[in-house]
Amino acid sequence: MDFWESDDLAEHREAARAWVEANVRPEWVDEQRRSGCHQTMELHALLARDGILAAGWPPQYGGGDVDPGFAAAVFDECARLGLHFDGWATTVMVLHTVQHVGTEAQKRQYIPAALRGELLIALGYSEPDSGSDVAAAKTTAVRDGAEWVVNGQKMFTSTAQVCSHVFVLARTAPDAPKHKGLSLFLVPTDAPGFEVQPIHTLGGQVTNATFYTGVRVPDTALIGEADQGWSVMRVALVYERGVSSPTSVERTVADDLAAWAREARRPDGTAVLDDPLVAERIGRIAVEEEVSRLLGRWMNWNAAKGGVPGPEGSMRKLFWSEAGQRHFSEALDILGAEGLLAPEAPGAPAGGMFEHDFRNAVVTTIYGGASEVLRDIIAERHLGLPRSRPSL
Amino acid sequence: MNLDFTDDQEALRGAVREFFDKESPPEVVRAAEPLGFDAALWRKVVELGLPAIAVPEDRGGGGAGFVELAIAAEFLGRSLAPVPLIEAAVATTLLTSVPGEATPAADAVAGELLATVALHPVTGDVARLVPAGAVADLVVVLRGEELLAVRGPGGPAGAAGAVPNLGAMPVADRRLDTGEVTVLAKGAQAVAAHRRAVRHWELLTGAALLGIASRALELGIDYVLDRRAFGVPIAGFQTVQHRLADNSTAIEGTRLLAYKAAWAHDAGLPSAGTLATMSLLFASETAFKTASDSLHFHGGYGYTLEYDVQLYFRRAKAWPLVAGDRRVAYARLPHRLFDATEA
Ligand SMILES: Cc1cc2nc3c(=O)[nH]c(=O)nc-3n(C[C@H](O)[C@H](O)[C@H](O)COP(=O)(O)OP(=O)(O)OC[C@H]3O[C@@H](n4cnc5c(N)ncnc54)[C@H](O)[C@@H]3O)c2cc1C
Repeated sequence: MDFWESDDLAEHREAARAWVEANVRPEWVDEQRRSGCHQTMELHALLARDGILAAGWPPQYGGGDVDPGFAAAVFDECARLGLHFDGWATTVMVLHTVQHVGTEAQKRQYIPAALRGELLIALGYSEPDSGSDVAAAKTTAVRDGAEWVVNGQKMFTSTAQVCSHVFVLARTAPDAPKHKGLSLFLVPTDAPGFEVQPIHTLGGQVTNATFYTGVRVPDTALIGEADQGWSVMRVALVYERGVSSPTSVERTVADDLAAWAREARRPDGTAVLDDPLVAERIGRIAVEEEVSRLLGRWMNWNAAKGGVPGPEGSMRKLFWSEAGQRHFSEALDILGAEGLLAPEAPGAPAGGMFEHDFRNAVVTTIYGGASEVLRDIIAERHLGLPRSRPSL
Repeated sequence: MNLDFTDDQEALRGAVREFFDKESPPEVVRAAEPLGFDAALWRKVVELGLPAIAVPEDRGGGGAGFVELAIAAEFLGRSLAPVPLIEAAVATTLLTSVPGEATPAADAVAGELLATVALHPVTGDVARLVPAGAVADLVVVLRGEELLAVRGPGGPAGAAGAVPNLGAMPVADRRLDTGEVTVLAKGAQAVAAHRRAVRHWELLTGAALLGIASRALELGIDYVLDRRAFGVPIAGFQTVQHRLADNSTAIEGTRLLAYKAAWAHDAGLPSAGTLATMSLLFASETAFKTASDSLHFHGGYGYTLEYDVQLYFRRAKAWPLVAGDRRVAYARLPHRLFDATEA
């Protein structure tokens, strides 16, 4: 037993920092915040140019010889600055899926292009009437000769505003049981009949509604077998765990709050941190943050061992998101009136990041498996309790 | 990083679990109430060498570490074993760590003397509510800047001054003026040695609460799978499931934190003391919430003495409370973590 956390990327940090120094423009962070688009295409082109996107992929599919450790360290450095790569994260998930279930021709068509930065894929699972119950999708795809015709609407198709494709979950066998009539398609966003409209969110992120009106795609756009979409999705979900590097920069709410509270003064001149009402809450946050971190380490450890995934992913996501929401809410309370101040406000504590993170934390218990769905999964698969949802 | 136990540790887990399952079933736990001490069971625990398992071999101990002690504490908690293993292990470690006056240390290691530690510094002549104080031959006490070993009156046979309490623990007040007092250490050394002992107690009690929580969850799950209401097992109701799922998640977090604290101790890290406190805090929250929910899901039967869940519920609250209000400990944490004013 050894909890020592060595930095696997230590040898690459310096080079990664130098790359970021030479290539990344700090205004991209503001630009992402202003536009709400969590994907910067200029940066993406540079990552492609220097082979960072292609690191670790097999050469026959366009993989290069850049060390995957260096690539991970570059993503890490960028994330530290506050940059997001949501579009690339979803693309990687889909590429892994193509690698697993695609035909040889599809692998050669899609993977090298994506690694060259020419192809970016958004996820089109959720719809206006279905999210957690993702298999209830109503969007249809009907075969017409060597083509498929897609009709319907997707909700929350994040980063679709800059993507070349959407990985669309569509119903191909309307009369089959819910999970048996689904298929997945890579739909180009420049196809006639495709439309995208922005959706503005509480955290500033701008996601999208996407519309499909008689969109025609060739048979080669079908990923995996027709009507087997549910098992294809399960492959993709496994890889959702794998895209942890851009979010590997961890929250340190307790440290940040303690740093603020040590300097801030009460009217009587005493440090805020000397107020036990404040210190107690920061202490509690520190303990729960440590637990979140450890659940994350456990998840990574199990994944690295390559065993069958257990409940650790669901448990980690559940605890981390629920605790995070409590922590940012407490943080604003502890800051008092100053907690209201947004990043744009002059003199906001910690540059307004508490306000910003408080808003962002809201979505963490909703997407990527809503808390209730995760609790269902833990109860059924880990504790052996009966299924509570209807099977249909 | 390696989050698996070693083969030896796995073997120890199996052996200790089997031992406590066999020797400390609920009947034994109940029979030992209200004192919370079973002398025959204690002799067996001593014969196994558990109290001195982490004492170096050249001092007559088992030469293992606090990970191994935490394993023993986890399964003690799981079976609510009515033996002061944690207190004895902490006091024995303390006695062997202070220089000079080797006699009580050797006796404690040999299991011929049952020692404990008063968790709170003493000002007058009485150490209040000392864990295992009702059955210990010797109590280590910090008074002012002196670390004292107080022998008698008391001892396993005497159950001196035991006071009825929520957790069926052999706690008692111990007088310093009627016992035989030896000074073990003075000044900063005394204060530091006592603080280390308290951290050890926190670490091992955290591990015991992990065991309490794990078993309390199982009792809850077994019951809800069996009990029916409105024509279906109550295990099918989502509010029941979700609370159990939250508790099982917290238990995994408790496990990681408890063993991280033990590992940090054995690795000699400066953060070990703080991690011990954090582990106890989180384990206390988890054990109480888990036991409380599992009791609740027993309905009216949970409130009766007949079902074992109440045994867990009471101890989940009581065991950590000997150390005091946990909100005070939370309030100390930011200073310890970020200002390094105290380990
Ligand atoms: C910012 C953002 C970005 C997103 N990006 C994408 C994306 O790129 N691609 C994509 O496909 N989707 C995306 N989503 C959609 C996301 O996956 C869904 O919001 C999520 O799956 C929840 O679905 P829903 O919103 O339809 O809520 P619903 O499924 O309608 O759930 C509503 C509430 O009911 C609860 N609930 C649902 N089922 C149960 C149950 N069995 N038991 C108890 N309670 C239940 C939920 O927990 C939730 O609280 C995004 C969402 C957001 C907000």
